[in-house]
Amino acid sequence: MPENLDGKRVRIKAKGRIFEGIVMPSFTGNLVLKLDSGYNIGFREYELVEVLEEEKFGAELVKLEKKEGLPEVKIISTGGTIASKVDYRTGAVTSQFTAEEIASEVPELTEICNVDAELLYNILSENMKPKNWVELARHVYGALKKYDGVIITHGTDTMHYSSAALSFMLSTPKPVVFVGAQRSSDRPSSDAAMNLLCAAKAAIEDLGEVVVTMHGSTSDDFCYVHRGVKVRKNHTSRRDAFQSVNAKPIARIDYPSLNVEWLSWRFRRDERKPKLMDRLEERVALIKFFPGLDSEIMEYYHSKGYRGFVIEGTGLGHVSTDWIETLKRVCEDSIVVMTSQCLWGRICDRVYDTGRDLLNAGVIEGEDMLPEVALIKLMWLLGNYSLDEAKEMVRRNVVGEIEPTTQY
Amino acid sequence: MVDYGMVGLKVGIEIHQQLDTKHKLFCYCPTTHREVEESNFEFFRYLRLKKSEIGEEDRAAKEEVERSRRFIYKYYDTTCLVEADEEPPRELNKEALQIAIQVAKMLNMEVADEVHVMRKIVIDGSNTTGFQRTALVALDGFLEVEGKRVRVATLCLEEEACRKVREGEGFAVYSLDRLGIPLVEIGTEPDIDSPEMAKKVAAKLGMILRSTGKVKRGLGTIRQDVNISIKDGARVEIKGVQELDILDKIVEYEVIRQLRLLEIREELKKRGAEVTDEIFDVTEVFRNTKSKIIRNKTVNAILLKGFAGLVGKEIQPGRRLGTEFADIAKSFGLGGIFHTDELPAYGISGEEVERLREFVGAGGEDAVVMAAGDAVRVERALKRIIERAKFCLVGVPEETRKANEDGTTSYLRPLPGAARMYPETDVPPVVITEEMLKVEIPELIEERAKRYEELLPRDLAWEMANSPHFRLFEEYVEKLQPTVVARVLHTAPAYLRKDGVDIGRLREKHFRMVLDLIADGKMAKEGAEEALKILAENPSASGEEVLKKLGSAEDVDEFIRKLVEERADFVRERGEGAFKPLMGLVMKEFRGKVDGKVVAEKLRKAIEEKISGIS
Repeated sequence: MPENLDGKRVRIKAKGRIFEGIVMPSFTGNLVLKLDSGYNIGFREYELVEVLEEEKFGAELVKLEKKEGLPEVKIISTGGTIASKVDYRTGAVTSQFTAEEIASEVPELTEICNVDAELLYNILSENMKPKNWVELARHVYGALKKYDGVIITHGTDTMHYSSAALSFMLSTPKPVVFVGAQRSSDRPSSDAAMNLLCAAKAAIEDLGEVVVTMHGSTSDDFCYVHRGVKVRKNHTSRRDAFQSVNAKPIARIDYPSLNVEWLSWRFRRDERKPKLMDRLEERVALIKFFPGLDSEIMEYYHSKGYRGFVIEGTGLGHVSTDWIETLKRVCEDSIVVMTSQCLWGRICDRVYDTGRDLLNAGVIEGEDMLPEVALIKLMWLLGNYSLDEAKEMVRRNVVGEIEPTTQY
Repeated sequence: MVDYGMVGLKVGIEIHQQLDTKHKLFCYCPTTHREVEESNFEFFRYLRLKKSEIGEEDRAAKEEVERSRRFIYKYYDTTCLVEADEEPPRELNKEALQIAIQVAKMLNMEVADEVHVMRKIVIDGSNTTGFQRTALVALDGFLEVEGKRVRVATLCLEEEACRKVREGEGFAVYSLDRLGIPLVEIGTEPDIDSPEMAKKVAAKLGMILRSTGKVKRGLGTIRQDVNISIKDGARVEIKGVQELDILDKIVEYEVIRQLRLLEIREELKKRGAEVTDEIFDVTEVFRNTKSKIIRNKTVNAILLKGFAGLVGKEIQPGRRLGTEFADIAKSFGLGGIFHTDELPAYGISGEEVERLREFVGAGGEDAVVMAAGDAVRVERALKRIIERAKFCLVGVPEETRKANEDGTTSYLRPLPGAARMYPETDVPPVVITEEMLKVEIPELIEERAKRYEELLPRDLAWEMANSPHFRLFEEYVEKLQPTVVARVLHTAPAYLRKDGVDIGRLREKHFRMVLDLIADGKMAKEGAEEALKILAENPSASGEEVLKKLGSAEDVDEFIRKLVEERADFVRERGEGAFKPLMGLVMKEFRGKVDGKVVAEKLRKAIEEKISGIS
C-alpha cells in the first residue's frame, strides 16, 4: 500500500465491482476491508478508487462518581486480559484499557465501593520483572495510607509470582487483592466483571493480607479468595485455573449475591502494621530437575554470582546423587531450597538415602512451599537479611507460605 | 387475495445448512447429535454486553442483556473446552472451508482472496462466548429458478449455535452438542416477488447444497431465514423456518401482518391516539383478586390513548396486536400481558377492570395493557412495550421474528446492526490459494434425476438421484435391474422407516451386502426388506448370518431334498405333475425370502432326479 490507510473509509474496485469499507490492519499484505455488513474480507488485487473520510475509533470515558459512606478502594492496573481489547496493529488481544475504563464497564462496582483508578503499567504479565514488583509494592504501600483496600488488575500468567512478591515485601493491615481474567474483557462471556466484583468485595472485607481473587469453578457461581503465597495458575485456559495448593482458600464469595464465607485462618484487618521491605535479590534461580540433568547448570549460575537456589526436585524432594558434590560446594556460600515438582505435598528428605545425602550437603527442605513462592521468598530474604538470617528464615513460616500441617 | 406486485413485495432468503464434516468448525470434536439425557456435566454463565470494536453497542444485543438471564449448558463426552468457552478455538476447519468454496462455485460466486473470521455478538446464550464465529467466504453469485435469475449476495461459513433445551423465568438451558458444527449461510438479494417463488428458490438452494453430498440431512440440519418487506412497511427478518412447506405461508402471513399494522396506523392517526410514558403500579387494584395468574405479584400498567379495540385486532391468523406486546413480555421472562380489549377474563373481574381504568385515567376510547410478575422484569418489559406501542403510530417496526409452526411469526428482538461484529483474533485469517479454488463442481441432483429417468419411473428417479446412496445405485445397475437396486437403496428403507425400524444404523456396507447377495443369486429381491431389517437390528451381522436368519438358499436345498424324499411315492406317481403341489409347499416356507424362479429351478431338478432314479 502506498500510504497507511488503516482506519480510513475507502472505495476500491475489485472482483469486477466497487467495494466500500474501512481499512483494517493486515498481516498478509492483502488489503483488509471491514464492509458495512460488519464482515472483514481480504483483497489480493484491487484498485483504490477513493479515500472517503477518517473513521474515529474509541469510546468516551465515563467519569466515576463517588457515593457517600462507601469504602474507598484503589484499582491499580498493570495490564493483562482483564483490561484487554482488540489491537488494530497486530490484530491480537492486548491490554489497552485503563482501570477507569474497567470500572465504567462494570457499573455495579460503584455500588460496592468508591473507586479510584491508576494505570501503573500496560504490560502483559509474562513481561513482568522483579523491578516491576518492587515498584508495584511501593505504589500499593502508598495507596494503603489513603484507601480501605487495594485491587491490582494483573495478567494471569504470572499473577501468582506478583502476589507472592507483594506478600513478602508488604506487611499490610488492609486487603490487597490481585484479580485477572481468563477470557478477555472484550467478549460478552468474559470472567473479568465477576472476578472484579468479587475482588472489590474482598477489598472491603475484614482482611489484612495479599490475596488473589478468581473464578472458583467453570460456572459463574463463585470466586475463591486465595492466599497470595499459596496460589498457583494450574490450567492454561480455564476460568478456575487458580487454585490454592497445600492450603484451603481463605474465602469463597458467591456471585451475584457477593456473600462471603470464610474457609480458613487469615490475617484480619488492622492485625498487622503497615511495613514495606522492598529490596529483592534478583540473582536467585529456580532449577527444575529432570532425569539426566547435569549439575553443571547450577555450577554455571553459581559462577555468575547466584547465591540463592530453589530446586524443583522429584517426589519427596530429590535430585540425582550425581549432584551431591556440586551441592556441597554451592551450599558453602549459598542457600539451596528443595521443593517438589509434584506441587502437592510436603518435602521430606529423611526417607531415602538420596534425601539424607542432600540434607548432609546443606540443602534445606522447602516444606510445603510452592517452587515459585520459595524462589520469591529467597529473593526477598537475600535482599533484606544476611545469609545466615536468610537460612534460618527460609524454613520458617513468615506470611502464610508454610502451613504447619498438611491437610486433605 | 393480495396482489404482491401492488404491495411491492420483496423477499430475500437466507439458508443455513449444516455441513457433514468430520470435525466441528473450530475444534476436533465430532459433529454428532446427542440426547440431553446423555449429558455428563453442566455449568452456567451470565453474559454481558461489550462494546464492539467501533465502540457502538448493538441494539439487539443490548436488548438481550436487559433481559439478564442465567444460561445453563449441557456438556457431553463429545464436546470439549472449546465449546465450553474454556479454551481458545483451533484453526478454521479446512474441510468445511473447501465445501463452502465448492458451494460458492456452484452458485457462480466470487470467492474472497482472504477469509477473516469475525465475532458476531449474539447474547441470547446460544453461544457460550456471547458471539457466533462467522466468516465471509464468497460474494456476488446467482441462481436461476424457472428462467428467473435470483442474485446471491453472500456465502458465509459459520459455527452452529447451541440447541435450546428449555427456558423459564430468568434462565435458559442449552445443549452444547450442536455448538460449533460448521454451517454455510447463503443470502440472496431481495429479488423474490411472490410467496411461491420464495419456496422454489429455497428448494433449489437446498437441492444445490445436497448435490455436494457433504451436507447433513434431517430435521433441523437446514433452516431458512426470510427477509420480507412491502411498500410503506419495513424489513422484517423471520428466523428459523425448518419446514420448506410453510415458507410460502410465512411470506403470505407476513404481508398480511404488515398490511394490518398499516391499517392500524391509519385508524390511530384518525383517532388522534397517543401512548403515555407513565408506568402505573396497579398492584393495589388487584390486592384481593381471584385471578391466580396475577395474585401476589407486582402488577404494572400502561395507558394507550385511543387504542380501544385495536389491541385485540387480528393481524395474523390467531394473533392480535396484543400478541405482539405479549411476545415482548415473554422475551423479558414474563408469561405475557393482559389488555382491556380482552378483559374481563383470566379470573380478573369486570369490577377490577373498572378500577384499573379509573386508576390510570383511561376513557372508553383507550386501552390499558398490564403485566404481572417480578417487579424489575415487569417494568423493563412495559417500558419496551410503550416503545412498541408508540411505533404503531409510525408503522411497521424493523425487527427479527421467529417462525411458528403454523406459518405465523412471533417477535424475537430488534434487527441487529452491523456494529455487532469484530475480528476473532484467536483465529488467523486464511489466504485462499489457487489450489483451494480447483474444486470439482458436482452433478446437480436435478440433472442426475433426468439421467435416471431412462432407468426408473420419474418419482423414483428423483428419489434415487436425491439419495445419499446414488453412487451405489450407479455401481449396481451394471449388475442388477435398476428397479431392484432402487428397491434396496430407497423403497425398502423407506418402508422400514415407516415401520419404525431404526434405519439410521444402516451403512453403505450393509446395502452392498444385500445387493451382492441378490446379485449372486443367494437371496431373492423380495428378501431385501427383511435382510435390511435384520442388519438394522444387528449391524455387525455377516452375510451368512443374514441368510441364515432369512432361511438361506442352502436351507431351500435341504428343504427340497427332504420334501422330495418324504413324498417320493407321490413324485413317482405323478411325475412332473408333482411340481405344482410341491412348489406350493416350498413357497409357503420361503416366500419373500428366496426368489421363486430359483426355487422352481431347484425343485424341478430334484423331481427330475428322483424320477430318473439318480437319488
